[in-house]
Amino acid sequence: MSHYSETTDVDKDASTQPRNDASRAQEAAPKPPVLDAAIVEDQPESSVASAPARRTPSIGSRPVLEVEELTQDFGGLRALNELDLTVNEGEIVALIGPNGAGKTTFFNCVTGIYTPTEGRVYLYDAQKRRQLLNGRKPHDITAMGMARTFQNIRLFGDMTVLENVMIGRHCRTSAGIWGALARTRAARREEQETIDISYALLESVHLEQFWNERAHNLPYGAQRRLEIARALATNPRMLLLDEPAAGMNPQETKELEELVRRLRDSRDLSILLIEHDMGMVMSLSDRIYVMEYGSRIASGAPEEVRANPRVIQAYLGESDDA
Amino acid sequence: MINYLGKALLASCWFMLLTLPVMGIRLNTVDQTVEWQFDRVLMLGAAIFFLSMLWNWCFRRKARGLPLLGLPAALGKGLGELFRLPTRNARTRAVSLGAVLLIMLLMPHVSSFYQTNIMISALLYVMLALGLNIAVGIAGQLVLGYVAFYAVGAYSYALLNQAFGLGFWTCLPVGGFMAVLFGLALGFPVLRLRGDYLAIVTLGFGEIVRLTLLNWASLTGGSGGIKDIPAPGFFGMQMDIDVSTMFVYYIVLAAVVVTIVVISRLKNSRVGLALQALREDEIACEAMGINLARVKLSAFALSSCWAGFAGVIFAAKTSFINPASFTFMESAMILSMVVLGGMGSIVGVVIAAMILILAPEYLRAFSEYRMLIFGAIMVVMMIFRPQGLVTGERRRYRITKLHGDAAQ
Repeated sequence: MSHYSETTDVDKDASTQPRNDASRAQEAAPKPPVLDAAIVEDQPESSVASAPARRTPSIGSRPVLEVEELTQDFGGLRALNELDLTVNEGEIVALIGPNGAGKTTFFNCVTGIYTPTEGRVYLYDAQKRRQLLNGRKPHDITAMGMARTFQNIRLFGDMTVLENVMIGRHCRTSAGIWGALARTRAARREEQETIDISYALLESVHLEQFWNERAHNLPYGAQRRLEIARALATNPRMLLLDEPAAGMNPQETKELEELVRRLRDSRDLSILLIEHDMGMVMSLSDRIYVMEYGSRIASGAPEEVRANPRVIQAYLGESDDA
Repeated sequence: MINYLGKALLASCWFMLLTLPVMGIRLNTVDQTVEWQFDRVLMLGAAIFFLSMLWNWCFRRKARGLPLLGLPAALGKGLGELFRLPTRNARTRAVSLGAVLLIMLLMPHVSSFYQTNIMISALLYVMLALGLNIAVGIAGQLVLGYVAFYAVGAYSYALLNQAFGLGFWTCLPVGGFMAVLFGLALGFPVLRLRGDYLAIVTLGFGEIVRLTLLNWASLTGGSGGIKDIPAPGFFGMQMDIDVSTMFVYYIVLAAVVVTIVVISRLKNSRVGLALQALREDEIACEAMGINLARVKLSAFALSSCWAGFAGVIFAAKTSFINPASFTFMESAMILSMVVLGGMGSIVGVVIAAMILILAPEYLRAFSEYRMLIFGAIMVVMMIFRPQGLVTGERRRYRITKLHGDAAQ
């Protein structure tokens, strides 16, 4: 098992190195300070103006998320077995595997919904300091810069689309009960900011025309995009997408792929996604991790994973033409 | 149609059979004979037949998405407009609110002492229902022992007055504060619970508080309660009972207005949004960076504090309290107001509380059937309008990009 990952890891480093150099030149140029990453940088209207300034995908070798030997037991069942995973800055990494392989469990461990039995999860903060996530509460982890979406959509169904996104801003705003009751100037200004930022986020996922609808009235694909907008509202540097294309038709999947790529390119964002749509995984990801029965069986660039006999046997056997 | 007739016939026959021993047979103790009263049974059967047809008709209307009352189109539209008038724009809203407030202000001067008293208790329930609405309607935490906080407020005033001679105005904030402490005391252990489990624990909490008040006789006076609780003072003025009642009326009216303002502001704030998110989905809530423990505790604290205030006013109004005023029945009543009014709706809850308290008072002729009517209303409401009287009260947001800069 380990020798597959061993070789592919080396290959990965080699393959990402050239792109890395190209992006470093980009990074050397002084970037305007981004006060609030949630303020959308590439709005459709201003895309012409901002086109020259558009950043190339900057895949760094610096990690954002590091998971070491993560193990999760449920009673006698070992759902995750000493799993290692790293996501570097600006990368899109896919986590694939047959149903029941433990992918969503992995997400739940990383985001603090479960407390891992063993192993360590680290997130690098904006100052590149390594922070241990084990034992932290989910809201705390979100505040540290990791956001997620859910496989079975978990929107606030009875609230409006705009309100859903506004809730994502909760951990970046501070008005308390007193601010609410007295409607202080600071509270009002913060609220208006929240509203406008949330609306801009809706524009970035093309949901602005639905802003005043109830979330559960949205079509399925739009609900998935709303979950992404809501997650983005928390200003993440690490975004976890749990089967974002599930239940989407090919056209919607294509658009989603564009969206994910655009988000990565326009923000200081790294993305880890679980996905079953192989076409999307292969064309979108920089690297792929493959899981089976809670263990990693392979990792590397898409073409490597595609050629890996172990993966073909375990998972891609019937769909390796994807 | 034949189908429905058949069903109705079947229902009425079944009902006649069931009620035959009770309604149809009468033992004449003088003659030692059995009298059969088929006419009564038949009348009942006819009534059931009619009700069953009506019931079916209502269901068919519901299935077709029609309103239950088929008013003539013009009249229905007119009434709809009338009901929507207060919310149409800021001016109609202000005018209608002002009118309601004016009526409420003048009310004790034009009505009798008895009616003022009824209105005081109705307004107290409005306050309680609005308070419970924070926990149940907005934050989705089913609290069945809400009356415990009401009791805490009332006993805080009664005991502090008895022991230290503290007055109403000192005890009003203290009572609210005590209720908040109890709310937090309940909140901590139930942080992990939701839904039915939470309901059971809060139900138990309500009973614990009541039973403690009942059995800790050395402190609370047990079932004898505490008497001679002074009415609210006004700079040491001497007031006779009429003036004093009127004064209490204005206090509770002011308290209700404050409650409405506070809750409507709270509901639309950042904290209020977090509370609503808590109602919708706890896991998503956490994942969106909301501190679940803090938000849940705020829901309990914000909700219980209004019961504490209402309790102090209640003690001052009745001048006598005992545990019998704080039974589960009260909690259930307050919860019904929230459910009937519409979860989370302020206007709906106010209307429902008014109806549920005032209707029994003014319909004393039917007092024997009170619970029967109440039950029937609840069943009908839950089937035909489960969302409550008023729904769709949504805040309007102003987006700078769409609507221009707001005049701040």
